[in-house]
Amino acid sequence: MSINWCNTALQPRVSQSLRLPWAPAANERDRREMLKRIGVNDAMELYNDVPPEIMLKEPPNVGFGRQLSEWELQRLVDSMLSKNKVFTDPPPFLGGGICFHTVPAVIDAILSRSEFYTAYTPYQPEINQGLLQVFFEYQSLMADLLEMDVVNVSMYDWSTAAAEAILAAMRVTRKKRIVVAGNIHPERMEVIETWLLGKEADIRVVEFDRETGKVDLDRLENTIDSDTAAVYVEVPNFFGVIDDGVEAIAEIVHRRKALFIVGVDPLSLGIVRSPGSYEADIVVGDAQPLGLGLNYGGPYLGIFATRWDRKLVRQMPGRLIGLTKTVDGSEYGFTMILQTREQHIRREKATSNITSNEALMAVAAAAYMVLLGGSELRELARSIWLRSHYAAKRLGELERVKAPQFSGEFFKEFTARFPKPYHSIHRALLEKGIMGGLPLADKPPLMDEYSALFCVTEAHSMKDIDRLVEAIGEML
Amino acid sequence: MTLKLRSGWRQARWSEPLVYELGDPNNSGFVRPYSHEDAELERILDVTPEEMLGHMFRDSIPNIPGLSEVEVVRHFTRLSQMSYGVDVGPVPLGSCTMKYNPKISEEIARDPRIRYLHPYQDPETVQGLLEMLYLLERWLAELTGMDRCSLQTPAGAAGELAGALMIRKYFIDKGEDRDEMLVPDSAHGTNPASAAMAGFKVVRIPTSENGTVDMEALDAALSERTAGIMLTNPNTLGIFEDRILEIADKLHSIGALLYYDGANLNGIMGIVRPGDMGFDIIHLNLHKTFGAPHGGGGPGAGVVCARGELAEYLPRPLIAKKGDRYYWDYECKKCIGRIRMFYGNIIPLVKAFVYIAMLGGRGLRESAIQSVINTNYFIALMRSVDGYELPYDPEKPRKHELVLSAKPLKRETGVTAEDVAKALLDKGLHAPTIYFPLIVEEALMIEFTESEPRRQIEEYAGALREIAGEARRNPTALKQLPRNTSTGRLDNVYANHPRSVTPTFRVLRRRLQGEQLSL
Repeated sequence: MSINWCNTALQPRVSQSLRLPWAPAANERDRREMLKRIGVNDAMELYNDVPPEIMLKEPPNVGFGRQLSEWELQRLVDSMLSKNKVFTDPPPFLGGGICFHTVPAVIDAILSRSEFYTAYTPYQPEINQGLLQVFFEYQSLMADLLEMDVVNVSMYDWSTAAAEAILAAMRVTRKKRIVVAGNIHPERMEVIETWLLGKEADIRVVEFDRETGKVDLDRLENTIDSDTAAVYVEVPNFFGVIDDGVEAIAEIVHRRKALFIVGVDPLSLGIVRSPGSYEADIVVGDAQPLGLGLNYGGPYLGIFATRWDRKLVRQMPGRLIGLTKTVDGSEYGFTMILQTREQHIRREKATSNITSNEALMAVAAAAYMVLLGGSELRELARSIWLRSHYAAKRLGELERVKAPQFSGEFFKEFTARFPKPYHSIHRALLEKGIMGGLPLADKPPLMDEYSALFCVTEAHSMKDIDRLVEAIGEML
Repeated sequence: MTLKLRSGWRQARWSEPLVYELGDPNNSGFVRPYSHEDAELERILDVTPEEMLGHMFRDSIPNIPGLSEVEVVRHFTRLSQMSYGVDVGPVPLGSCTMKYNPKISEEIARDPRIRYLHPYQDPETVQGLLEMLYLLERWLAELTGMDRCSLQTPAGAAGELAGALMIRKYFIDKGEDRDEMLVPDSAHGTNPASAAMAGFKVVRIPTSENGTVDMEALDAALSERTAGIMLTNPNTLGIFEDRILEIADKLHSIGALLYYDGANLNGIMGIVRPGDMGFDIIHLNLHKTFGAPHGGGGPGAGVVCARGELAEYLPRPLIAKKGDRYYWDYECKKCIGRIRMFYGNIIPLVKAFVYIAMLGGRGLRESAIQSVINTNYFIALMRSVDGYELPYDPEKPRKHELVLSAKPLKRETGVTAEDVAKALLDKGLHAPTIYFPLIVEEALMIEFTESEPRRQIEEYAGALREIAGEARRNPTALKQLPRNTSTGRLDNVYANHPRSVTPTFRVLRRRLQGEQLSL
């Protein structure tokens, strides 16, 4: 191929009054020539099959009435975002499943590689080996953290992973009864209920022990029966409590031939036993603590793992990446596997409808996990444990404050009960620039206006915690 | 002066070890904050996690290899070089709408005044972001002719599920027992999967010879059991369903609803609105149509919108405004509930806001028109190329995309659509969608969008012409491609065989230790 540079330089400048700012649009001359080649005089002839009565007469009234330049947009956005209040000194003590964790700069640097972030689902593996290897590494690292054999990339978040796990369990067992621990996150409960709307599932909630915050084993035993497809328990649960009855739960569940689904905070697994070690069949969770940031609710990363079992893996939703060879047998490579489960092939018989997932977040989680390594992952989890226990201890020393509220052992999050409605404390804290805990007045598992859920992570120094405790102390 | 351009594309190629081969669990590239305080905390608390957790304490260090920061950066950078995205070259995957993604949205989405916001933060402290989301919702409603939108759905498929569940609940509330969902055989695979997840029986509607819904088959399928139809318009063949008003009348006259799959909106945005076509519920794929990158398969952003009484069924919370304050409206008498936690994938939502703000209504309309010109220009270029055909009324203009068939080429040379796809990779061009629509044999579903320059479209057509020529000269050699990519053609049978399928390193380790694992 050869090209005459002089002619290129002499091409007319774009003369349209409106330019697509990212330079995709053809210039006027190109457009004319393209239309001529197509065989129409005007581009609108290509819309002749649209019924004229529904054609818009004018461009839609969206945006700011005209095109904006980058600079105009930046100023506009800046004026909007200046109305947000960011809490970094101290970082927010808000929890509720999503906490303020530090995100190393290297994670952003990796996510900013446009070969990753502008890629699509690697349907063509040969040209996307790098991305596929990262996905395989994410699956592998997460599998080792959970001590499960198979992990997908990925679900939307913890809640939809839990809902899909329940749906998968219903397919595997062909049963419709679902037992859910009453101390799970209330929003997760709502998501599960929504996803099961079409499936005539019979959802039963097991009340938790109000003293310990843990699953009440007797109640569980009485709720579960031979028609039960699965039991779903979170470790840590909504209150941050690590339930040490999980082995007993697994025994009860498996005795009734039901599946044991466990939801976890992956970061807790630096110090807490893995769900694989206590016989979970399906594990779900959110990798948000592994370098993803807050982003006001998303994107996060839904974890979905199963043990090595034909039925479970075949009913697993979402994408799976596997190791393979080149057809000539000379090299290893990576490709999407077991796609016959997926919607683009199985259609209405598919395991689920998921296509776009949270793939780029899996890249972040993989990078975060290897940046830490197993040993530092343990130290980080230990450090978070120490900090949250320090906060609970200090709050508990305040007069008439019960912290932690439950006697069960906890990780990262804990509830505290105050002698006056927490809402007033929260308001007053905000005025001091402190974002306190999550009020539990309207949160279904507890519904207690005197209680709040606090989250303390590696981002909080002892001084941050002292400031919170002292500020609350002054208000009581 | 005439210069010769370099040709002969090559992708980066080396064997990058797995992280397990690079690091070990005792290495780390991370220093945790305030680590100097840990000893003091242990002293104050006078108890350790080992003691408190008891048998719940993990007695082994997780088998996660650790690397120094420079090793992490090099490993991932090298892997990125063996990857392909829109910034590298065209990704004309039909129905996936892979546009160029403006860099300014990346910069704005990274603003700490967004990334550091906690989802449970008091609404008074996030007014700026809420204002953005409020405007986005209003714009999307305006663009689609709908009344309200829920920003919660994290992808198009989640929007479909929400829509199907809304239809289900709507009829339950009305006391009507409608359990059938009509889905054309050309539809995205997500449509039947979503309908089935919502508990519907899927009734397949065939495509007529001219590439649109077969009206006789539609009439035959309609009954008092029909809950609705899931349609995309233009459809996956790139053809506009020109009898859409008639279809809407038919469905509405028996009390059924119309669901619009917004995956193909790019060719008509600003020109015609789903609401005006008669649709009741729609979803949009903001990551496709409004320029948020796909990230290798997510995060996406779906939005589900509805009009009339159906709007009451939208997943909650919805963004709302009272006076000059923005807030989340949780009121939920009829709604289906939450489809995921919190409010949606905020980052791609912000990118969609940026995209629409910068283009304005006229810019969006121009984008649609340019994408349609690009599609039809490519068709015009392909008319003179033997080996491919344009099934279903080749004279009809296509909209956002087109589906070619390599059936003549296969008949003549044995070279399949998949072989053509691999040969395209070999030239540094991403292959089109070849897995569907199932109604076209040897399908090549191509969508350039407005972001591909004319020259790129010509190069793509030229590549397809070359491949057809090569298929006639030496079909065997062509079947060995690709060679210029990071790896040669991969073995799908080995990848999926029950005795060799290996989804994690953990399974590989078990295999290497001699365990006989079968799936």
